[in-house]
Amino acid sequence: MKTKEKKSFIDWFLSSQGATSVAVVILGFLIGTILVVLVGRNPAGLFKAIGQSIIGKAGKNGAWNFRNVGETLAYSIPYILCGLSMGFAARVGLFNIGAEGQYIVGMLAAQAVAVCLPSFPFQWLLCLIVAIIAGAIWGGIVGFLKAKYKVSEVVATIMLNYIALYLFRIIAFKMPAGLTNRTYQTAPIQSTAFLSKFLIKNSNLNIGFFFMIAACLIYWFIMEKTKMGFAFRATGFNKDAARCSGINADRAISSSMAIAGSFAGLAGACVLLGGAYTTGRIIQGMDNYGFMGIAVALVGNSRALGIFLAGLLFGVLKQSQSIMQGMNIPKEITFIIQGLIVIFIALRSGLDLIKAYRSRVLVRKEAGKA
Amino acid sequence: MSEYAIEMLGITKTFPGIIANDNVDLRIKTNEVHAILGENGAGKSTLMSVLFGAYAPDSGEIKINGKKVEIKNPNVATELGIGMVHQHFKLVHNYTVTENIVLGREPRNKFGIISLAKAEKKVEELSKRYGLQVDPKAKIDDISVGQQQRVEILKTLYSDSNIIILDEPTAVLTPQEIDELMDIIRKLKSEGKTIVLITHKLKEIKAVADRCSVLRRGKFIGCIDITPNTSEQELATMMVGRSVKFDIEKAPCKPGEKVLEIKNLSVKDSIGTMKVKDLSLDVRRGEIVGIAGVDGNGQSELLYALSGLSPVQSGEIILSGKVINKDTIRERIGEGMGHIPEDRQKHGLVAGLTVGENMVLKDFFSDKYTGKFGILNYKAIDENATKLIEEFDIRTAQGAQTDAGSLSGGNQQKVIVAREISLSPDVLLVAQPTRGLDVGAIEYIRKRIVEERDKGRGILLISFELDEVMNLCDRIATISKGSIVGVFNAGEVTSQEIGLMMTGIKAKEESK
Repeated sequence: MKTKEKKSFIDWFLSSQGATSVAVVILGFLIGTILVVLVGRNPAGLFKAIGQSIIGKAGKNGAWNFRNVGETLAYSIPYILCGLSMGFAARVGLFNIGAEGQYIVGMLAAQAVAVCLPSFPFQWLLCLIVAIIAGAIWGGIVGFLKAKYKVSEVVATIMLNYIALYLFRIIAFKMPAGLTNRTYQTAPIQSTAFLSKFLIKNSNLNIGFFFMIAACLIYWFIMEKTKMGFAFRATGFNKDAARCSGINADRAISSSMAIAGSFAGLAGACVLLGGAYTTGRIIQGMDNYGFMGIAVALVGNSRALGIFLAGLLFGVLKQSQSIMQGMNIPKEITFIIQGLIVIFIALRSGLDLIKAYRSRVLVRKEAGKA
Repeated sequence: MSEYAIEMLGITKTFPGIIANDNVDLRIKTNEVHAILGENGAGKSTLMSVLFGAYAPDSGEIKINGKKVEIKNPNVATELGIGMVHQHFKLVHNYTVTENIVLGREPRNKFGIISLAKAEKKVEELSKRYGLQVDPKAKIDDISVGQQQRVEILKTLYSDSNIIILDEPTAVLTPQEIDELMDIIRKLKSEGKTIVLITHKLKEIKAVADRCSVLRRGKFIGCIDITPNTSEQELATMMVGRSVKFDIEKAPCKPGEKVLEIKNLSVKDSIGTMKVKDLSLDVRRGEIVGIAGVDGNGQSELLYALSGLSPVQSGEIILSGKVINKDTIRERIGEGMGHIPEDRQKHGLVAGLTVGENMVLKDFFSDKYTGKFGILNYKAIDENATKLIEEFDIRTAQGAQTDAGSLSGGNQQKVIVAREISLSPDVLLVAQPTRGLDVGAIEYIRKRIVEERDKGRGILLISFELDEVMNLCDRIATISKGSIVGVFNAGEVTSQEIGLMMTGIKAKEESK
């Protein structure tokens, strides 16, 4: 029954989602390089900057500075978590553009615990827990509306993103004000609320990294291994058939949105308590980690490992930006590369056309022989 | 003038993975009724689409009235006098008959405003001349399916087509409407038209066709003259490539106690129209009860309500003595309700999941497949799939790991049938089990359904193919406008009588 034919490289490439993702990233960088050349700068700077963010050393003559690696990894935490949020919902057939809002309410909940409560041991853990719960509620609302009243999750999440943003501002203004009396920050975060740094102490790399790894493992475990994940995937591929087979598709939709929201909520707490901020925030606009999560999930093909790798890539690009400017490369080039990658990923369906064409040629050849 | 109206020589057309037409030669004489016979997927529709300009052939040439032509698009075909009546009508439902007929070539007055009066007159003339009674001012929504088909035929006549292609024209008609269509075809022929009839129904070919070309798996098998002596068996053998059993072999039915009782059931459809009205019916163990009716008379809604997809408005559904009106779908499955749904792509299979996963779609959460902490036991799932693939002879590329969406229609249906039968339900709801399948798969699936009956399961079958209902079922209920019009034991009624009842006319005598 099992027929394993030797596939040609092209056939393997066309049918492997992972390989196409890698090719797309390479293509994005290639065009990015060409653009750098076109504006008359030396593309070596681009790669030096990227090299520095990955291994901590820019080219042969650069100095080792591991702080860059730490920052890269720290940046990748929210990218990956928001990618998991988007990806989890996508596997259940939902388009969650609400990771941004879920991220914001997660941050808000964490900030309330970190700023308003007195200091106590393991305060950071409570912060993470309330952030996860807040994100889950924010996502769960969308899932509930979708399941119960057939409200499009796209509309609901966009709305809730703005509600989250302004809710954050309203509540943050009511929090204890900072000593400096400045309007964009609250009282300091309690020292017991920070996520401790590890390995590269002079960077913002914090133990949120381990929670992110755990989140990836939980994502993989739920989705691929459990009966709950089975119901989620069945619902995602074909809601009607899942329902007809006795799977409670409505419950799958609301619970999967809640789980997706909890990933983004955790991201919010990790950013606030990761060391970049000493006081509570009064955000002026969106941090865009949630929106970048959409791209991360797309590049990572909504698989746990894929999202992890894609999130690292986006972390690298983010950290490279500041280094690039020092090397006379416009930092906007990283946005262009990110954009190109997303566009090429979206063009993936074009590969199906190539696949179709190839099998047609094959059939014609066989027909010719017969 | 050439002897042949249409000559298609050496036509080859491939699609990814399939050769739909392989060097097909088709010659259609002027003013004949020419049938094209073949199973589903034999390449009939592709061949006609090539003729109609919807597809370009990979190789081969087409001659119309002896002249070589290149038909690049359907407009060219129309100019050459070829008209096509598609299997699925292409009508605008809130337009009138005339508006539909003139669509795309609306007659205008000197101010450039559409004037329909002239067109209406022409439509009326045409319908009189060819015996196609329809009201030119009626809206499509308000006329029957049979009349809609006449509008499609009128469309071709209106554009002066001399060659009319009818693609599976009887699929949606009642037996009476089929007889009327046969008369229309004869009338068209007597008025000098050439008719191409695409079908897989042998009776129709016997009834009207002069000659018949047979296609099998994309290849041209042969062309034979249809005489009163031509046997259906001979045609079927050409079509399938081996001799076919028309009658389903089954032992006499031994009905047991009632296992499914439907009492005064009413069900609404998704837009709130009451589609099932006060319907009552029983199914006993060990019998197949068939519901005969024209599509759209509440059959789908009845099954949705029984399986739990739609809520019940009033009445009762009783499964093995227990009222299950309010039970969830999963509870009903646990209580012994099996369902082979009408739309296998939409309700039956999850494309994207593997064959193995699809086979446990209804009981993946049971102890058999789920261990501690809700972890799925993929070894057990694969073992189950391997066993069923073997037992049901399902053709897969990679066994249990094959994506269910990549299977052919027949194999997809086998996956669903395997899943439902493996759950040993007390009642099996079966809707259109053989639609779109090839003869081999049809025979196999019917055999399995009869086997389930013999194991003492109660089976409720819905099919729009009257022959299927007549041959497979032990009792036949006719449905019209959401109510049962009559229930008969198989063999007590003819298809003509059932056809009459399908239109809503009550039979004089009903069996108990």
